[in-house]
Amino acid sequence: MSGLQIDKLSMRFDLPNGSSVQALKDVSLDLKAGELLSVLGPSGCGKTTLLNIVAGFLAPTDGKIILNGHTVTGPDAERGMVFQQGALFEWMSVRENVGFGPSMKGMPKAEKAKIVDHLLDVVGLQDFKEKAVYELSGGMQQRVALARCLANEPDVILMDEPLGALDALTREKMQGLVLKLWKETGKTIILITHSVEEALLLGERLLVMAPRPGRIHTEYRLPFAEMGVGQDLRDVKKHPKFAEVREEILGMIWDMEEEIMGRTEDA
Amino acid sequence: MELLGNLWGELWAVLVTLFAAAPYVIGYILIILLMMVIWSGVKRLLTPKSDYGSLKTVTFGDESAVTSNTAASIISIVLIFVFWGTFTGSQLLPSFMHAPGPFTGESSFEYTITTPAGDSDTATVSVVVHPTGEEVDAPVVEEGDGIAKNDAIAIPVYRNELLRVDRNDEMGRDEETFITAVDGQAITPGGSVDVDFGRVAMSDKGTLNIVPSTGIQMEPIWLPAPEAVWSRLGEIATVGYRNSTLAEHLGYSLFRVIVGFILGALVGIPLGYAMGLSNWFRGWFDPIVEFMRPVPPLALIPLVIIWAGIGEVGKIILLFLAALWIMAIAARSGVSGVRISKVHAAYSLGASKWQIMRHVIIPNSLPEIFTGARVAMGVCWGTVVAAELVAAEKGAGMMIMVASKFQSTDIVLMGIILIGIIGFSIDMLMRQAEKWLVPWKGKG
Repeated sequence: MSGLQIDKLSMRFDLPNGSSVQALKDVSLDLKAGELLSVLGPSGCGKTTLLNIVAGFLAPTDGKIILNGHTVTGPDAERGMVFQQGALFEWMSVRENVGFGPSMKGMPKAEKAKIVDHLLDVVGLQDFKEKAVYELSGGMQQRVALARCLANEPDVILMDEPLGALDALTREKMQGLVLKLWKETGKTIILITHSVEEALLLGERLLVMAPRPGRIHTEYRLPFAEMGVGQDLRDVKKHPKFAEVREEILGMIWDMEEEIMGRTEDA
Repeated sequence: MELLGNLWGELWAVLVTLFAAAPYVIGYILIILLMMVIWSGVKRLLTPKSDYGSLKTVTFGDESAVTSNTAASIISIVLIFVFWGTFTGSQLLPSFMHAPGPFTGESSFEYTITTPAGDSDTATVSVVVHPTGEEVDAPVVEEGDGIAKNDAIAIPVYRNELLRVDRNDEMGRDEETFITAVDGQAITPGGSVDVDFGRVAMSDKGTLNIVPSTGIQMEPIWLPAPEAVWSRLGEIATVGYRNSTLAEHLGYSLFRVIVGFILGALVGIPLGYAMGLSNWFRGWFDPIVEFMRPVPPLALIPLVIIWAGIGEVGKIILLFLAALWIMAIAARSGVSGVRISKVHAAYSLGASKWQIMRHVIIPNSLPEIFTGARVAMGVCWGTVVAAELVAAEKGAGMMIMVASKFQSTDIVLMGIILIGIIGFSIDMLMRQAEKWLVPWKGKG
């Protein structure tokens, strides 16, 4: 059985003061291989917790994650991760960063060099191969992070607000790159974002999560990711349906935020 | 209460000293400002610039607009040597730049005695002020006429001497005949009169105290001239001091520092890693490290001497302890400072625990460890000098301590300068090594 099954996932943290926080409650999801899922929600809805559990950094209090038929128990090279920023190894060159995964597997040098060269071509950083990562701009660093993740040939790529720290123009370019990579590699991708637009553009499926307890609120199936592969992302955004769904989701999130505010005011 | 009173007295003495020094400090600040005004004038004439920095209109409060001015550094250093030369009468400076020196050579003054009968007579005292260390006899003078007879005295420079001028006179104290004037000016016991070469004072018993002028130069025993220090450096470098050449003294000190530091790092870094990676080890060693860290290594000297004697072992143990805690804490914070996203990324890329250690945790901690190493080397260098001051047979600290006991201030000064230069060089080397070995420092 291929694909990623999230089965009745619950997560409860016990706080030192005796109370506990229900970060996730009964989250279930079935993701087919090659699907692109974006996750959206107000802060505190547990989306990063969900991603950390899928990555294997956290063990859920209840439920399980099944990838390609086996249960996830810890981090593994089959699930690659792209972080917002600061996860590159600044003591390594761009080339060494991209080749990190293959190196850990003990891949022969020539084979590794081929993979690294190919990926640097894909993300357009061939000229920066020997540069230190801290000499690169934020957008370039995220391209290195994408290439590093792809070099390892993971089945699932988990992205935790990978474009969150970039400026608007770079962000748009990178969104195009993510779509291109998704189409070319056919990887299953879960992307967490704060930006409604980004979630619409980069989500074949879109999950809106609600907080307290963290749960799935609404799920969408959207055509925009497919459209974005073929055409300019700015044209996709002009699509009438795009604006409609965006307003709908924004309203949903506003309602959730207001509910949270109201609840804290009552307390 | 008595303690508080005593402490208040001490504080008062300190404040008085500071207050006495204030005019000099203010003078120095005025010199700095004067030089700044002169230099900015010179600079305006030399290079009318329009680089980015000089086009800024807001510079006061802009941290990036403040850089170290090379001209100021050079002037400041040159000025130190000029002051040094001025107040020591250095041969390196033209004599017009010297501060007034002490009086040397021959001079004389007259004194007048008055008998109970009211008669008075005047005689001359010849004074020779000669450099310290030379044997000079008082000049031979004729006694002359009258009841007062001429006298002569030789005084080493910077000293003063009592002279019973009336001893050879026909009538003296026993006859109730007293000195009443010096160079024609009346003098009484406790008073004094200025003369050509300095001052003549009278003690309470009526004896003249001859005080040749000392000028405002420093006595070599307090501050030798730069060239004296330089020539002493040459002498000690070739002949040696206390059975060891300069290279041996400095070499021993450096040897102790390097061995002590390396041993401290070899134990401290793994200890720090263990504390950074394991709850149990952190819990075990935290109390020990946190207790030992604030104990200055110098406070351990007596204990180390009691336990290990004054040989090399004792000193190296001391430096080992000085470096150990610093390196342990640096390694611990280097490990704790790793961003969790880097570790997560490495795990997601398939790295094993050992690979994470080797490729993520160690390189990530190196900048902190280098900072710790720089601090530790500085502390070790300071500690070794201090330890040698207490007890050693060879070493830079021992050299200046022994020299100070023999009042060889030139050696003390030379030693201090060399210790400073070496300490500075060590820091510079460490910084350079840091630049080469951990270029990613501060770039994460």
